[in-house]
Amino acid sequence: MLAWTIYISFFGALLQLLLPKGNNTLARALALLTALAGCCIAVTSFTQHRTGELLTVANYAWIPALGINFHLAADGISLTLILLTGIVAIAGILFSWNIEKRTNEFFAFYLLLIGCVYGVFLSYDLFLLFVFYEIVIIPKYFLITGWGSTRKDYGAMKLALYSFIGSAMVLVGLIAAYVVAGSKSMALNDLAGFAFTPHFQMWEFPLVFLGFAILAGLWPFHTWAPTGHVAAPTAVSMLLAGVVMKLGAYGCLRVAMTLFPHGLDPWGFSLIGLSSWRDVFALLAVIGIVYGALVAMVQQDFKFVIGYSSVSHMGFILLGLMTLNQIGLSGAIIQMFSHGILAGLLFATVGRMVYDRTHTRELVKLGPMNLNKAIPFAAATFVVAGMAGMGLPGFSGFVAELMILVGAWRAFPIFAVFVGVGIVIGVVYVWRAMQKAFFAEPGDVISHEPLPPITIPERLGAIILICTSVAIGLYPQMLLKIITPALNSLLFDGVRKGGW
Amino acid sequence: MIPYSHLLQLAMPEVIVTITAIFALTADLVFLRTAALRTRLATSVSLATIGCIAAIFAIARASESVNLFDGMFLANPLVHLVQIALLVLTIFVLLLAVESEFTEHIGEFVLLILLATVGMMFLVASQNLLTSFISLELLSLPLYILTGFDKRNARSSEAALKYFLFGGMSAAFLLFGFSLLYGFANSTDFVQIAAAIHGPSLNPLLILAIVMTVIGLGFKVAAVPFHFWAPDVYEAAPIPVAAFIASGSKVASFFVFFQIFSMAFAGSAGSAAWMHFVHGWVPVVAIVAALSMLLGNTVAIVQTSLRRLLAYSAIAHTGYMLLGVVAHTPIGLAALLYYVITYSFGTIGAFGVIGIVEKPTGSDQLATFNGLNKRSPVLAACLFVFLLSLAGIPPLAGFFGKFYLFVAAVSASSGLLWLVAFAIAISAVSLYYYLRVLKRVYGESPDSTPLPASRFSVAVVVTLATLVVLFGCAPNLLLEPLIAAVRVVGM
Repeated sequence: MLAWTIYISFFGALLQLLLPKGNNTLARALALLTALAGCCIAVTSFTQHRTGELLTVANYAWIPALGINFHLAADGISLTLILLTGIVAIAGILFSWNIEKRTNEFFAFYLLLIGCVYGVFLSYDLFLLFVFYEIVIIPKYFLITGWGSTRKDYGAMKLALYSFIGSAMVLVGLIAAYVVAGSKSMALNDLAGFAFTPHFQMWEFPLVFLGFAILAGLWPFHTWAPTGHVAAPTAVSMLLAGVVMKLGAYGCLRVAMTLFPHGLDPWGFSLIGLSSWRDVFALLAVIGIVYGALVAMVQQDFKFVIGYSSVSHMGFILLGLMTLNQIGLSGAIIQMFSHGILAGLLFATVGRMVYDRTHTRELVKLGPMNLNKAIPFAAATFVVAGMAGMGLPGFSGFVAELMILVGAWRAFPIFAVFVGVGIVIGVVYVWRAMQKAFFAEPGDVISHEPLPPITIPERLGAIILICTSVAIGLYPQMLLKIITPALNSLLFDGVRKGGW
Repeated sequence: MIPYSHLLQLAMPEVIVTITAIFALTADLVFLRTAALRTRLATSVSLATIGCIAAIFAIARASESVNLFDGMFLANPLVHLVQIALLVLTIFVLLLAVESEFTEHIGEFVLLILLATVGMMFLVASQNLLTSFISLELLSLPLYILTGFDKRNARSSEAALKYFLFGGMSAAFLLFGFSLLYGFANSTDFVQIAAAIHGPSLNPLLILAIVMTVIGLGFKVAAVPFHFWAPDVYEAAPIPVAAFIASGSKVASFFVFFQIFSMAFAGSAGSAAWMHFVHGWVPVVAIVAALSMLLGNTVAIVQTSLRRLLAYSAIAHTGYMLLGVVAHTPIGLAALLYYVITYSFGTIGAFGVIGIVEKPTGSDQLATFNGLNKRSPVLAACLFVFLLSLAGIPPLAGFFGKFYLFVAAVSASSGLLWLVAFAIAISAVSLYYYLRVLKRVYGESPDSTPLPASRFSVAVVVTLATLVVLFGCAPNLLLEPLIAAVRVVGM
C-alpha cells in the first residue's frame, strides 16, 4: 500500500496538468487531497508497522539484464521520514494557498517533487533510489525560477548544479560498487552484504558520503542552501529544508554508511589530529553547526537567518551519523524528523505569514511595523518554532539534540563542547531575530495599511506542524520504537561492528 | 560462389529502398511536376515511408545469417536490428520534412535521403575495408548535397562547402589508413587483418594506420578535434537534414567505428587504464573522447543559437558514446547502440521542435524560445523531455543510456573509472546549459501569440517524446533485443 504514496502523488501531478487552467480553487483542493491521501497512507502504515520488520512494498523485475528491480521496501527509518514527508507536504500546500500564478503547474511540480521524495525513502534498489533522487532536481529548479523571489535564477541554478554534482559523485560510486560486486544486483542488501575490500571502501565511502552530504548541507558545501531557500517560494523552502535536505542525510546513512562501513575505519596515520574519514566528517559537521549559527546571528534578512539555521541544524544530523553509536544515530534520525517539521514552520512564518504581507524581509524594516500586534498569530508561531528549534524541553528539537549530544559526548568529547557552544549561539540568533522582527520598539514614523489577517489554511498548517513537534517532544518513544529496531537490523551490521 | 538471385534476396531491404528512391524521383518528375508543393512533398514522403516500412518487413522476415566474400556483406540479427533502427530514424526524418518549404526539388531530396539510408544499411552490413569505405562515401556524398539544399540561404551553401571540404579530406585520411592496413594483411577483411597485425609490439606503420583511421571516422562522428564542421552544418542545414546528420548517420558511423576498432585492430588495443597507459588505439580513442566531452560541454555554454548549442552538445555526446568503443566489449556495443539510438530519437525530436518554432521568424536564437510554454504547451513539454534526456535526467532514455554505457566501460576495465568519473562530472556542466534553455521556455515572454503548428508535425514530435520516455522507463524494450542480438553474433 505504501507504494501508492508515490503513485498518487505522480497521478495528482498529471491531473494538475490536465485540469482546465484558471480554476485555482479546484487545483488547490485537488493538491491538498492528493497530499492528504499520501499522508493518510503514511500514517496508516506507520501505525500498523510491526517493529523491526522490513516491509516489502513492491518487487518487480525492471531491467533483468542488469539485475535491477523495481524494489520498494520500508523499515522504521524509512517510515519515519515518509511520515515527515506526508505531514510537510500537507502543510506546504496549506501555506501556498495564495499562489495565483500558474497554479496548476506549481502544484504539478510540487506533487512531482513529493512523489520522488517518497520514492527515495522507499527504494530498496539503489538504481531506483538514484532515479528518484535525481528527478528531484528538476521540479526544484523550476519551482524556484518560476515562483521564487530574490535572485531566483541564481539561487535555482546554484541549487540544481550543487545537487547534480553531488549526485554525480554518488553515481560514480554506485557504478564502481555495482561493477566490483559482479554487476549482478543493485539491491541494497546484496551490495551491503558484499565484502568490498577495505581499500576500496576507503575511497568509495568519502565519495558517496560527500555526494549525499552536499544535499544535506555539509559545510563547506552548504552555500547552495541559504541562497536556494531564500529564493524559493515559501512552500518550496519548506520542502527543501524540510524533506529534500533529509534526502541527502538519508542517503549518507542508507547508502554510504551501510555499503562501505570500513570507510569509517582509522587510516592508520593522523593528520592534524584527524585519523579517519569519520573524524573528518564529524569535524565538518561541527564547523557547520557553529558556523551556521554564527552567520545566522548577523543576518539582516529574516529568511537568511532561517536558511543558515538550517545549515546549523543539519550539522547536528551529520554529527549524529558520525557518532556510530545507537543513541547518536537514533538522535540523528529524530533530528531529521524534528528539523523537517520545525524548518517548515519557520519558513512558513517568515515567507508566508510575514513576507507575503509586509513585502520585506529586512529585520530593521520589520521591527517598526509592530508585527506582534499586527499579526499576533505569526509572532506566536515564530516564538514556538524558535523555542522548539533552540531545544526547549517538550518539543522535538530537545529530544533530538540531547540524544546527539550524548552520542557525541561518547564518541568525540571535544567536539561535544563545541556543539554545546553551537546550541548557545542558537538561542542567541533565535532571540535576536525574534526581538528585531516582532518585539522591537514600535516605530511611529512609518504608517501603513493594516496587514491582512492570518488565513485559516495558514493557521491549520501551523497547528499541524506545532502539534507534531510537541507530540514527538513529549513522546519520542513513538518514533524510537521503530527506529531502534531498524538500526539493529541486519543491514546496519557493518556500521554496528558487532555491537554498539 | 552464391547465385545472384540469392544475393539479391539477401540484399532485398537495400534493393527495396533503392527502388523506392528511384521511383519517388520519377513519380515527382513525371507526374507531379505541376502540383502544389505540399502535395508533392506529401506524396514523395509517403512513397518513401512506404518503401522504408517495406524494407523493415523484409528485414524482419530474413532469418539467415551469412558472411559473404570476406565480410563484404553480412546478414545477422545484430545487423538487422541496427538496419531497422536506421530505417525508423529515416522515416521520422522524412516525416519532419513534410511541412518544410526550403526547396522545390522534392524528388531529388527524397532520393538523396534514401540513397544515404542505403549507404548506412550497407555500412552496417560490412566487415570489409572496401565495402565499408564505399558505403561510407555513399552515405557522405548525399549528406554534403543535402546540407546545401536550401539554395536561397547562403549559410546553407557555406556549411555544405565546409562539410564537403572537411569530409573529403578526412576520407583521404581514412583511405590512407585503410591502404596501410591492406598492406599489412593483404586482405580487406577485418578478421584477416586482425590476424595479420596481431603481435606483441606495435609496428610504427600500424600506429600511423590507427591515427589515420581515428581521424577519418572521428570526422564522421564529430569528435574533437575533427568537429569543426558540426556547428555550421547543424546551424545552417535544412531542419530534416540536420536531424538526419545528427541521428541516422551517427548510428551507422558509430557502429562501423566500433567494428573496425574492435575487430580489425583487435590485437593492438592497448589500454587506457589510469596510470597504466599501454599504447594502442584505446588510449587514442579515450583521449579523443575526453576532449570531445570537455570541449563540447564547455563551448555549448556560450552559444546563443539553439542549433549550435545542440551541435556542441552532440560533440559532447560523441565523447560519451566513444566510451563504448573504448570498452570494446559486447556490453560496450550493446550500451553504445542503446545510447546512440535513443539519443537519435531525442535529437530528431529536438530539431522537430526547432523547426516549428523558427518557422515564423526564421531565427533559432535562444530568445525565440522565450515563453514557448505559453505559446504551445505541448511543444514546450516535448522540448523539456528531449533536452532533459540529453542531460541524462531519469527517467528518460538518456539517463539509462549513460548509466549503461558507464557500467560497460567500468566493467571492461576498472582502470577506466577515471574516464567515467570525468564523463559524469562534466555532464553536470551540460545540465547548466540545458536548464538555461528550459528556463526561457517556461519563463515569461513579451510575445505570447500562439504558434502556428500543424497537427501533423506536432504529432511527430509527440511520438518521438513518447519514445524517449518509454525507452527511459522501460529500457528493456530495446535492451533485451540488443543484448540477444549481440550475444548471437558473439561480438
